[in-house]
Amino acid sequence: MHRLPGNLNTNRRLSQWLAIHPEGRVTITPGKVELGQGILTTLSQIAAEELEVDLARIEARPAATPDSPDEGVTSGSLSTQDSGGALRHACAAARAIFLGVIAQRVGVPPEAIRIEDGIFHGPAGPIGSYWSLADQALLDCEAPAEARPRAPGERRIVGRSVPRLDLPDKVFGAARYVHDLRLPGMLHARVVRPPARGARLVALRDGPLPDDARVVRDGSFLAVLAATEWQAEAAATRLAARAGWEAEDTLPEQALLIDWLREAAARGERSSVASRAEPAPPAAQTLRRSFHRPYLAHASIAPSCAVARWDGDAVEVFTHSQGPYNLRADLAKTLRCDPALITVRHREGAGCYGHNGADDVALDAVLAARAAPGTPVRLLWSRAEELGWAPFSPAMLADVEADLDAAGNLVGWRSHIVSNGHSSRPGRDPEPTLLSASMLAAPFPVKPSINPAMAAGGGAPRNGVPLYRIPVMGVETTRLLDMPIRTSALRGLGATLNVWSIESVMDEAAALAGADPLDYRLRHLDDPRAIAVLRRVADLAGWAGRVRREGFGMGIGFARYKNTGAWAAVIAEVEALDRILCRRLWIAGDVGEAVNPDGVLNQLEGGAIHGASVALLEEVRFDRRSVTSDHWEGYPILRFSEVPKVDLALIDRPEEAFLGAGEASMAPTIAAIAGGITEALGIRPRQLPFTPETLARA
Amino acid sequence: MLSFTLNGAAVTLDMPDDVALLHVLRGPLGLSGPRFGCGNEQCGACMVLVDGEPRCACTVPAAAVAGKVVVTVEGLGTPEAPHPLQAAFLAEQAGQCGYCLSGILVSAAALLARNPMPEESAIRAALEPHLCRCGSHNRILRAVAQAAREMA
Repeated sequence: MHRLPGNLNTNRRLSQWLAIHPEGRVTITPGKVELGQGILTTLSQIAAEELEVDLARIEARPAATPDSPDEGVTSGSLSTQDSGGALRHACAAARAIFLGVIAQRVGVPPEAIRIEDGIFHGPAGPIGSYWSLADQALLDCEAPAEARPRAPGERRIVGRSVPRLDLPDKVFGAARYVHDLRLPGMLHARVVRPPARGARLVALRDGPLPDDARVVRDGSFLAVLAATEWQAEAAATRLAARAGWEAEDTLPEQALLIDWLREAAARGERSSVASRAEPAPPAAQTLRRSFHRPYLAHASIAPSCAVARWDGDAVEVFTHSQGPYNLRADLAKTLRCDPALITVRHREGAGCYGHNGADDVALDAVLAARAAPGTPVRLLWSRAEELGWAPFSPAMLADVEADLDAAGNLVGWRSHIVSNGHSSRPGRDPEPTLLSASMLAAPFPVKPSINPAMAAGGGAPRNGVPLYRIPVMGVETTRLLDMPIRTSALRGLGATLNVWSIESVMDEAAALAGADPLDYRLRHLDDPRAIAVLRRVADLAGWAGRVRREGFGMGIGFARYKNTGAWAAVIAEVEALDRILCRRLWIAGDVGEAVNPDGVLNQLEGGAIHGASVALLEEVRFDRRSVTSDHWEGYPILRFSEVPKVDLALIDRPEEAFLGAGEASMAPTIAAIAGGITEALGIRPRQLPFTPETLARA
Repeated sequence: MLSFTLNGAAVTLDMPDDVALLHVLRGPLGLSGPRFGCGNEQCGACMVLVDGEPRCACTVPAAAVAGKVVVTVEGLGTPEAPHPLQAAFLAEQAGQCGYCLSGILVSAAALLARNPMPEESAIRAALEPHLCRCGSHNRILRAVAQAAREMA
């Protein structure tokens, strides 16, 4: 069987990807979903380009089971490659099929036909159109091995900045999010969460609830159903006061988190990530450094939400999950039913930066709706659930040893990265990973999270292997098998620690070698695209001619995301006041072919601001029983007054492969801010976030 | 009975006094623009204008707006007749997920009503109660400044 591009390889029929309608419209049905990153605009551009129709004719349908192609999870900055690559091939093939039919019908050679906005023109004028021929049977076939996508020089829609298709709804307040669904007779539900992780519901006092609200209970899963949101909230508050829980201490002491990571590592699963032994000059000195980051939260602006409706044995769920099929699989495991009985329909949520509560709340809605057969039930998490119960990005520790030769060059690198796994996404384990599955009367175990394979970018060790030329290298990781706090994927996964640790050691090695940090990096790099982003960002920021200012410092950070994706280099300027503020960021990115350059810039800037927020502010707080940073005062993120000015440069390479833009800039930004702190204060941060408290320990 | 002016129209409805304005707007009044974010005045997603002043609709009791003028993002403009701020946000592509934009737009409208040509620092200050997680802040700041120039 021939290999097809992207996810076309596993979803091979053209009709799975697009449909052409007689009224002059095209629908595309990717399995990737809109997370606020603008992917549906990007995919629509690709389809319009290959079909040679105006962008306005394309409608991208939200993914749904069972009809959308199964494209797994919208994650890993892979959607343009996997879904865009598929649609490019599928739409180019569809164009060729329609062209062939029309050519044969009118007796004009295909080469003599050109297409303008879906109308086919022969030498003597119009000879037909997609719309006149709209025949879905033509697309009910497997994609051919060969298709001829338009060459870079021919493109008119791809490679141009186009306005996001979803943004008008968002500035006019339209009902666009799953939160806005209003189905006839819909009830509202809220969950009553335990006061501690692993707590069991042992008593529930009877008593009236306001406005005929109903209680739903399955083991320790407790929820209420009511006609309106305010009645559901009032009922949940009253019910919480009647619930008795059995709880115990299950979390480590936060103040001793680093010690706990080391202890748990001794019981963990250690493995090699990379090793290399090439001839090398002897080491003249060795740097030994450790780096730590706390648990991080997704901190999306909307609490997770889902709407579910049972019909006999079947259930339909509206969700902002990243992976409709994966969610369906875990719902089926939890309900112990055939997945075919479950329909999962994607609707947008607020910004998604990884495996957040979207899948969990979908199960909660399904459980709550089971008590009201035939009735749609909307379940909305509270802010406290969103910040306290969604999966977290794990706390991490990295120990690095770097050998320098007599000339100050890096000749050896040994590192050990300790972390819980970075994925507990649904759909991949024989048992469900959804939050409330562990709270049912017949509960499922909470298993320690896993790491994606290194071939897929890795989890904890993502970007843990330096791209710099180092002849001797040994990178290892330990996946913890104790998981007191449920962990999963958040933007960058392990890269947020690993890139910073590598770049910090590079800065320190440069200082020992008496070299400029930029020059030192360049002399350890062979990759021309890596060199290009570093030079570009240095030009953008005026690195070479920069003038030191009292209280200010500049730093530089670089990575190629997953070592296989987009290249990004960032320079940060920080100001040291009573705390560190990031004042400016300069970013150079290379994402290969940029379909929507303005969209890429938006993603690169957003990722960098996310990185600045992580660098300076973010830390999940907990006591021995539960997460306590479950409100915005306890989990601050960067605000308007603190957001740096950002200058960006995109190195567009229309002839190269798509590489994805969502995660490339975040980790280099953290590294650049750390470098800026060193220049401003003369200290090297060892622990995130870079607050006065952690810097005092550096 | 509760009566107030919503986006230029008189509304009257029967609601318990202690229900939050946000629930009334999103519930019986059928709006979607004001968004629930935290329920605790900490994120600004639910911001609306009450007699021209930004207020978090998640904590204002509906009864407190009796006789007052409430404006939500839907009341600023429409796709056919956008408010200069909405046009500027689209021109600058100032958003990613967009969940924070309803609140930010009404706070920006209140700012421009009292300070037609704000410095960037004044725009930042006016938007300080609003959280944006996608990192669209700089585009939003540019869009508000652009709208101010358009309206001048």
